[in-house]
Amino acid sequence: MKNKNNIRFVQGNEACVEGAIYAGIDFFAGYPITPSTEIAEHLASRLPQKGGKFIQMEDEIASMGAVIGASLTGKKAMTATSGPGFSLKQEALGYACMAEIPCVIANVQRGGPSTGNPTHVSQGDVNQARWGTHGDHAIIALTASNHQDVFKVTVEAFNMAETYRTPVILLLDEVIGHMREKLVIPEQGDIPVVERLRTSVKKGVDYHPYLPREDGRLPMSDFGSEHRYNVTGLFHDMWGFPNNNPQVVSELLRHLVDKIESNVNEISMYKEYWMDDAEYILISYGSSARSAIHMAKNRRSRGVKIGVLELQTLWPFPADMVREKCAGAKAIIVVEMNMGQVVTQVKNAVDNPDNVFLANRVDGELITPSNIKSLLRMIQGKGV
Amino acid sequence: MTKQVFNFKDYIRPRFFPHMWCPGCGHGIVLGALLRAVHELGLDKNEIVMTSGIGCSSRISGYVDFHSLHTIHGRALAFATGVKLSKPNLKAIVPMGDGDALAIGGNHFIHAARRNIDITAIVMNNRIYGMTGGQFSPLSGSGKKATTAPYLTIDRSFDVVELAKSAGATFVARSTVYHATECKDLIKKGISHKGFSLVEILTQCPTYYGRKNKEGDAVQMMESYKANTAKIGSKKLEKDPGLIQRGVFVDNKDIPEYCEAYDKIIETAMKGKA
Amino acid sequence: MGKGKTVKHLIDKEWCKGCGICIHFCPKNVLEFDKHDKADAARPEDCIACKLCELRCPDLAIQIIEDQEGENEKQE
Repeated sequence: MKNKNNIRFVQGNEACVEGAIYAGIDFFAGYPITPSTEIAEHLASRLPQKGGKFIQMEDEIASMGAVIGASLTGKKAMTATSGPGFSLKQEALGYACMAEIPCVIANVQRGGPSTGNPTHVSQGDVNQARWGTHGDHAIIALTASNHQDVFKVTVEAFNMAETYRTPVILLLDEVIGHMREKLVIPEQGDIPVVERLRTSVKKGVDYHPYLPREDGRLPMSDFGSEHRYNVTGLFHDMWGFPNNNPQVVSELLRHLVDKIESNVNEISMYKEYWMDDAEYILISYGSSARSAIHMAKNRRSRGVKIGVLELQTLWPFPADMVREKCAGAKAIIVVEMNMGQVVTQVKNAVDNPDNVFLANRVDGELITPSNIKSLLRMIQGKGV
Repeated sequence: MTKQVFNFKDYIRPRFFPHMWCPGCGHGIVLGALLRAVHELGLDKNEIVMTSGIGCSSRISGYVDFHSLHTIHGRALAFATGVKLSKPNLKAIVPMGDGDALAIGGNHFIHAARRNIDITAIVMNNRIYGMTGGQFSPLSGSGKKATTAPYLTIDRSFDVVELAKSAGATFVARSTVYHATECKDLIKKGISHKGFSLVEILTQCPTYYGRKNKEGDAVQMMESYKANTAKIGSKKLEKDPGLIQRGVFVDNKDIPEYCEAYDKIIETAMKGKA
Repeated sequence: MGKGKTVKHLIDKEWCKGCGICIHFCPKNVLEFDKHDKADAARPEDCIACKLCELRCPDLAIQIIEDQEGENEKQE
């Protein structure tokens, strides 16, 4: 059934907001930063309309802190930022990983390092999303190349945050964030929404906020309800109290990694275009994938057996899936706007890393189909 | 009478005692005063969230049998802002050290005050970084010794009360651990106040500050709180206006509290939608 | 002193770190260090139950229990 009210012409940042609303966001804390600011602006208007809370904090660090605090009261919470702000949030992000607090952090990527290229596109924060905080832990990072998918992965980001009790990073980019295109808001129920899993432990019975159930999930208890427990960034026992017993430390660290890495298949989202008989495979994500898809479609029409594997889950990196999909390919071209971040993962994943090439662009402009075509022609020995 | 006799064991997590603070550290006196304040206010343990940062002072949150959130250095007020705004019926109490609150956390401190969000900030001012072993803090003041100031400090100190006042805090008070009952009463007032409240409590660090600066042991440091401070409006202060003032400096009930003001925003937004 | 009252000093020797604050500030000189350098109520009969020791004990190691004469222990 088509409902015309559900069709919008929006920026990607707005699609992200709509996805967050659909997923049941209750709380947003943020700080203005290009090119993510529209996420804050739209939520400032939308959240109070549904009884939710928006707060503009004094800085990026405070925003991340407030989001964590809100999540502990049982609310679905998110923040949005870009490169410099993402750097500032890292310590609190690591805290959310350690204390296992569900939340969503949108990073609408711009050129870096440092202040870099605020109004131009880049995909330079892929590795930062994975390795930006100190210490070992796993992380989930999702991305998308069009507004319908931005909406969907935003809902999934909230879902995964709740399922795995972890922060989830939405790695959008400037082109996706600012470009306008059509978005059809799905009906309620079209995309499943995961709610907070709360403990069924009764009042007066010992509740263990950090003891995983058999299925690996950790039911939570909202601040303000009958179970009083401790939340800390220190290594902690199953009640959340600081503990540096070597066994406790080791088990917790392994748990933080395993709960995500061993669910890589469930977490992995991707799309395939013309992959069945592809001899040449383009692997891409975010706005770069738009050029990759365009170029592949164009080459297909000229008889080149080329396909696209579009990654929507960047972390945990779906290495097994990538290896399987790429088995037997003549060449694999990773299309991304950085000096080679996902390409390293692909080289590690596939059977023949010598067949993996990087098509990149790092000048702040969107990589074009002809940029990719030039590299393909070189690989094919046809010259540019 | 239904009012129960105060027993601190009703409010702590006894398995973590004896606590980790040094002998004579004033932080335990602050803890005692806080627990008495909570008892006298008749608060339910389930409605209190204690949010702290990093340092000796921050360990206080693990000792109390409330909801406790031990966060990262300097950011406790930011985390507490998220807790409070998303669930305004909770009582947000944020104990902080002087370095935690005013060096790394200085920005959050002034902005929480400016916002007038209903959080009670307790600055446990011992004028030193204790946990890391005695480095000077923004409240040490000039001419003091610390491990990072072997030739005396240059930096002047903040006056926490003046800072909170100018940042717009609507309740500002100061006491010392020598004045334990006053300390409890001011914490009570701070918690009861609707809006951002700051209670500064001078508390001794005999291990580092006292030893480095030859201020004696815990007892002597507490004696100096008695000698060098005076209640606002007292004869003692009149005679010696240079003394450190104690008492309530600001108690302003006219400024809207942030969460209540936001509820009005929600009302407006919901009307606009219809 | 302490007319009509008997005062019990519950001192948790495990928690007491022997800082001496209670001893120094006791207005009636009730407390002393024991042989392990922990606080001890050496002269409980002099206690006026002002509870300054309890209030100022940084270790939460002192509890002053007052019993009004002729009244049973109603709390626990």
